[in-house]
Amino acid sequence: MTSEDLLFSLSWVQPELLLAGFVLLGTLVGALFGARSTRLLNVVATAALFAAGVMALMHRPEAPQDIFAGAMSIDAFGAFAKAVIAFAAAATLLLGAEHFHRLQDQQFEFPLITVTAVLGMFVMVSANDLIALYVGVELQSLAAYVLAAWRRDDARSSEAGLKYFVLGALSSGLLLFGCSYVYGFSGSVQFDTIAAAAVEPGVGLMFGLVMVLAGLAFKMGAAPFHMWTPDVYEGAPTPVAALFAAAPKVAAVVLMARMLYEPFAGMEHEWRQVIAVLAGASMLVGAFAGLVQTNLKRLMAYSSIANMGFVLMALAAGSPEGAQAALIYIAVYLPATIGVFAVMMALRHQGQAIETIGDLAGIGQRHVGFAALLTILFFSLAGIPPLAGFWGKFEAFRASLGAGLVPLAVVGAIAAVVAAGYYLRVLATVWFSPSAPSDVRPSSGVSAVLAVVGAALCFPLLLVFMAGLEHAADAAVRASF
Amino acid sequence: MDIGLAHYLVVAGALFTIGVFGIFVNRKNVIVILMSIELVLLAVNINLVAFSAFLGNIEGQVFAMLVLTVAAAEAAIGLAILVTYFRNRGTIAVEDINLMKG
Repeated sequence: MTSEDLLFSLSWVQPELLLAGFVLLGTLVGALFGARSTRLLNVVATAALFAAGVMALMHRPEAPQDIFAGAMSIDAFGAFAKAVIAFAAAATLLLGAEHFHRLQDQQFEFPLITVTAVLGMFVMVSANDLIALYVGVELQSLAAYVLAAWRRDDARSSEAGLKYFVLGALSSGLLLFGCSYVYGFSGSVQFDTIAAAAVEPGVGLMFGLVMVLAGLAFKMGAAPFHMWTPDVYEGAPTPVAALFAAAPKVAAVVLMARMLYEPFAGMEHEWRQVIAVLAGASMLVGAFAGLVQTNLKRLMAYSSIANMGFVLMALAAGSPEGAQAALIYIAVYLPATIGVFAVMMALRHQGQAIETIGDLAGIGQRHVGFAALLTILFFSLAGIPPLAGFWGKFEAFRASLGAGLVPLAVVGAIAAVVAAGYYLRVLATVWFSPSAPSDVRPSSGVSAVLAVVGAALCFPLLLVFMAGLEHAADAAVRASF
Repeated sequence: MDIGLAHYLVVAGALFTIGVFGIFVNRKNVIVILMSIELVLLAVNINLVAFSAFLGNIEGQVFAMLVLTVAAAEAAIGLAILVTYFRNRGTIAVEDINLMKG
């Protein structure tokens, strides 16, 4: 690789360089000034994430650019995903800053590790060979394990971190074992060479593909590899759970789409069955297991499992429409999810973010504003028209029906109806439960503002921009695959 | 008898299986799980190096070096989380990891 190649490559990874530079400098500042620098680092980290998202979106190439000797590929698909990841992570970082400030548990490492996780997601999104894929996944995961165990004095947080670590390391092992077989039986770690070998796949390549898909499904939290999700969401601090429900999902979905549509495009017949099973299982598990939950964070965990099922249903189509639907779905899923977590943090119960559905009883009589926000957010998650969530589901169903996956779409429809049941159950508690004398107090602040922004995006902002969003996703997919 | 690629793959496959079983079957303590995770990653390294030698292609060895590095980082983070867990609970027995049911 010549120095011109290096300079050319570096010019395409400016968002990544910005984030990496922030982490290095921030570590230095934190080491010098300690906890006093937390507030400054939180602000700068949020600004850096925003800037990275905007830079990725502004500075996107017309045609995919292979950089670093083909290790990474910058394209419009990745740029779209990077922007969504960066904005979602910035929102959850703001939630985290407020949360830990209230708990008087200020640690300057929090913004640094969050940004490190986002850097890992950026690498995942742009990966163009198996090594970059693995390094990106691990950078994201290692940072996430630390974030889950963030409250060092809280047994549940430590337990969440430990469970996430053990199961995450196992899934990395599966992914890596699959990667070694894909490398061995295709002769290269580069995606284009793998794609050439995948046209006539042997047993070794098939085995590798299945292991890689299992590893990625784990990172997405898709059934039957979902068992870590509810425990980790429940145990992790609420803003960290909000981060887990948002940004890493986008990165994992985009990476999954890239794997399926680029190196393994020739094996569509083989992987479609695997993805369809994953999608069906995720939708059903997410819908039915969510029915019996009493903890809101666990409920959101099952909601995320079901939603990943719908995204996989779109990807199972194997067409550009599938990738486009997955992008749109994930873009409308994020504001609703982050909004629900923001409401949980804005409503406080004895100084803590509320956790159980019972805490919401009677909110409709006393705090109508928050009840209305929750109604919009949950309606959007349930996919009730005309909210944004409905259009995400609509695109996913259209893509899978377009590819002739009728049985999967039927399973999806059943799951959507069942899942709507538990969202509506929460809303019934909010509006119709007798108002018990409780000390749930709303607070104004960043979380309340983010809840309003999330709800406003679900209805009506994203609807106004739906045509634009669809156009952007369409352009991203067409320019990349 | 010539030692061919298949022999290496069988050894790596056996190590990988032992590692995965070590994570699920083990009921004693979490340190054993950390050891099993190392076993899984080392099995992958045997695969990568064997494929690399067989294909005459250096990429696999580069990959193996990165896996070694990441495995070290992973062990460090795992042990750090285990220490905070032990401080909170006073135990690292696998069957005691049950504050949340999932």
